[in-house]
Amino acid sequence: MIALHLPALQVVLPLLAAPLCALVRRGTVAWAITLIASWAAFAAAIGLLLRVLDEGIISYEMGGWAPPIGIEYRVDLINVFVLLVVSGVGAVIVPYARKSIAARFGSTEQAWFYTMYLLALTGLLGVTITGDAFNIFVFLEISSLASYVMIAMGRDRRCLTAAYQYLIMGTVGATFIVIGVGLLWAMTGTLNLYDLAQRIPEIQNTRPVLAALAFLTVGISLKLALFPLHLWLPNAYAFAPSVTSAFLAGTATKVAIYLFLRFFYTVFGGEGFFVTTPLPEILLLLSLVAMFAASIVAVFQSNVKRMLAYSSVAQIGFITLGISYATETGLTGAMTHIFNHAIMKAGLFLLIGNVLYQLGSVKIEDMAGIGRKMPITMAGFVALGLSLLGTPGTVGFISKWYLGLAAVEQGQWWLVALIVIASLVTMIYIGRVVEVAYFREPTAQVSQLREAPPALLVPAFVLVGAAFYFGVETSLSVGLAQQAASLLLNAAY
Amino acid sequence: MIAALLIPLVGAVLIVLTGRQPNLRETVTLVTALLMFASVTQIVAGVIDGGRPEVFALDVAPGLSLAFQAEPLGMLFALIASFLWIVNSIYSIGYMRGNREPRQTQFYVAFAVALAATMGIALSANLFTLFIFYEVLTLSTYPLVAHHADAKARSGARTYLMILIGTSIVFFIPALLWTLALAGTLDFKPGGILVGAATAQTTGLLLALFAFGIGKAAVMPFHRWLPSAMVAPTPVSALLHAVAVVKAGVFSILKVVVYIFGPEHLLATGASEWLVYLATFSLLAASVVALTKDNLKARLAYSTVSQLSYIVLGAAIATPLALVGAAMHVATHAFGKITLFFVAGAIHTATHKTEVSQLNGIGRAMPFTMAAFFIGALSIIGLPPLGGAWSKLYIALGGMDGDYGFVVAALMISSVLNVAYLMPIVVRAFFTPPDDGVEVTSIKEAPWLCVIPLCFTALACGVLFFLPDRLEVFLGGIMGGN
Repeated sequence: MIALHLPALQVVLPLLAAPLCALVRRGTVAWAITLIASWAAFAAAIGLLLRVLDEGIISYEMGGWAPPIGIEYRVDLINVFVLLVVSGVGAVIVPYARKSIAARFGSTEQAWFYTMYLLALTGLLGVTITGDAFNIFVFLEISSLASYVMIAMGRDRRCLTAAYQYLIMGTVGATFIVIGVGLLWAMTGTLNLYDLAQRIPEIQNTRPVLAALAFLTVGISLKLALFPLHLWLPNAYAFAPSVTSAFLAGTATKVAIYLFLRFFYTVFGGEGFFVTTPLPEILLLLSLVAMFAASIVAVFQSNVKRMLAYSSVAQIGFITLGISYATETGLTGAMTHIFNHAIMKAGLFLLIGNVLYQLGSVKIEDMAGIGRKMPITMAGFVALGLSLLGTPGTVGFISKWYLGLAAVEQGQWWLVALIVIASLVTMIYIGRVVEVAYFREPTAQVSQLREAPPALLVPAFVLVGAAFYFGVETSLSVGLAQQAASLLLNAAY
Repeated sequence: MIAALLIPLVGAVLIVLTGRQPNLRETVTLVTALLMFASVTQIVAGVIDGGRPEVFALDVAPGLSLAFQAEPLGMLFALIASFLWIVNSIYSIGYMRGNREPRQTQFYVAFAVALAATMGIALSANLFTLFIFYEVLTLSTYPLVAHHADAKARSGARTYLMILIGTSIVFFIPALLWTLALAGTLDFKPGGILVGAATAQTTGLLLALFAFGIGKAAVMPFHRWLPSAMVAPTPVSALLHAVAVVKAGVFSILKVVVYIFGPEHLLATGASEWLVYLATFSLLAASVVALTKDNLKARLAYSTVSQLSYIVLGAAIATPLALVGAAMHVATHAFGKITLFFVAGAIHTATHKTEVSQLNGIGRAMPFTMAAFFIGALSIIGLPPLGGAWSKLYIALGGMDGDYGFVVAALMISSVLNVAYLMPIVVRAFFTPPDDGVEVTSIKEAPWLCVIPLCFTALACGVLFFLPDRLEVFLGGIMGGN
């Protein structure tokens, strides 16, 4: 029975838990509810994964209404992979949130924060699982509105402008998406993704459909922070509470990338269509610019959270680079990097959150000598930093290996060169933090610091451990990514 | 075989745990070193009998797996590194305490991890495994280079890391990708895996990626990290930057030449010819630079750059004699150079002198130390009856085999240059009166924990002179399969 309704439970559990948190108005209780709901969502994702592996695509009729009239939840390997990433990151962060959030907010505000957290999670899971285009828009708005609030709860007052900036850009993006969906509906009379995929090939070169595609592309690219539509991201991640930054970095952009893949490959007919558009070239170019420009900007940041945010833009560039190849290896690399980058960046934001928690600042010059006072936190930071730049034995290497392999397969040696040079820039910005943290004499403020409490260390180190575990044992990450990539290319849905 | 890898790691953990009791901590280091050496000798015994034990760990991705295999080249390297670790640990205790160095626990931990990485490199069964441990070695030695934590150490350590990691990312990873794309595997196989899979041109380019990607071999123009690394405490320079790290570099190149390209493939295509010229240039140029250095450690560092190029040269010539000579030079140079670095450290500990020009008359106060320096220097120069004579002879003979007559001339010029930058130190020490004019009447050596190891390694240089046939037979195994 439960197994049968897993697709609905995946979304409904956090959705119902959210108002519950708002009603109890007590921080601790709300946290406990969030903990249970988020781990239950993670369990549901694992359950779905097992079912999909077992029986293939699951089609679930919401409320018993048959598609294409009713809303269909359609789970295949592609979105169950993303569900796993999103719910996994969502679950690991909650134990961390307890101390981090309680340190700054009163009981009621805490409950509000958890409400928003659960709504954001609901939205992201909903976008991923649903097979209905309009439903995508609805869930996207739920998650976005909740994230605006979560960002606006940062300790720096600049978080308000950051949230506002994101609100404007996010709304523009969502509007574009809904225009695109509307045009598709006008042309086909359906909102069901599967149904759309059946009907579009006949009319895919008509002007309204191409216009719809253009709107969707820009709207989704805004959401996934594709260069140069990334401007909302650095401030949002830099000034939001650490929990929010970690959560959004690990999930929100990843879901947008999923949408991109879903529309281009599934709805519009696989590799065949994607390569007839000018998109592969444009995407390749933008990805490369993102990889370099954002990394170089990251080098010059004095706020470490902001540096990590720019690094996210660059890493998204790696993912879209993999998509632009439109080959199985390339897509495998992209999907794997979705998984791997979620682990690394969420972990890095949690660890830098530890610094913020203890020190009250994440300015690089304030962190002098912190490696000696917070050795565990900074060791984790170094470990994930190494992974980010692609040291073998870590997840970062695996992603880059596949991205490189995909370039080699096409004989694009110059791309391999660019990938490795971009990694060098990563080394520079991570190295800056390491140097200040370990080889400067601690400032008066730093020398009084103590290591962060275990409640903050353990969740972060679960992610550090994952970065190494999945760096050598890749049958889950790469294995699933590879199958998903082949499904995407064949437009099997 | 896994034991050889795990012992130093367990040691590292124990060192952390015993960090508050220095005596216990040093005991742990020594016991770990002894145990590791014992486990290595055990594997070596098996390899001499013709065994090639293998351990397969896991598959990471298609074509990428973690696996270990013992073979003569790797075992020679493992044997040298693990043996000298014992000697070096004794020396370290004397040096670190004599100089009252800070953060000693961190020092010993990083050392143990570095040795574990060295074992991983020596025992790797494929390029991917080698690459992983290669990077671990770079990272674990970074804190050792930056040990003094002042501005100089920081900038030295930064150069160290940037060049080593940079070259490995920019050249080594693409080389791995390309090799996998060409051969479909990264396994080390006698005779190479690229025969028939790569044209002469491809082979030459790929060799370039490897030769520069393995920055630890310090082939010019990527040699700058080695002099920079001299900001480290001397035991680090001695074991890591005369033995473990740099030898990991040239060892990797040898391994790539022998087991990836295959010497016959290289000879047939002539793809390594350019590297012969580059290595010859590198070895001469570095010797000339060494002449100009007054700082003793800097002079030794450039001498190391030069000597490493001998090994790269041997690998590039790729005739059997040259390869055996190159492998032997790994051993003979290790013993010779570690002695010289030990001496530099002992002088620093006893007198705080670091420049060559300050060493006038020091031989009278430190006769044992400077005598050891003399022996080590002779071995580096390549004079009998010391080990260095054989390896240089083999490389020269190999060069003749490969029709590179100029190599013989270059080696002779280089030996003369070696004399020119090493012997003045000995002359100053023994025959020039001290600067202050005060006759030294009593012996004032460094702590005996420093002096005994350096005398010991100096003697070992002599012992190596009598072992070339054994080494040759042992190393003959690497040509197996042809």
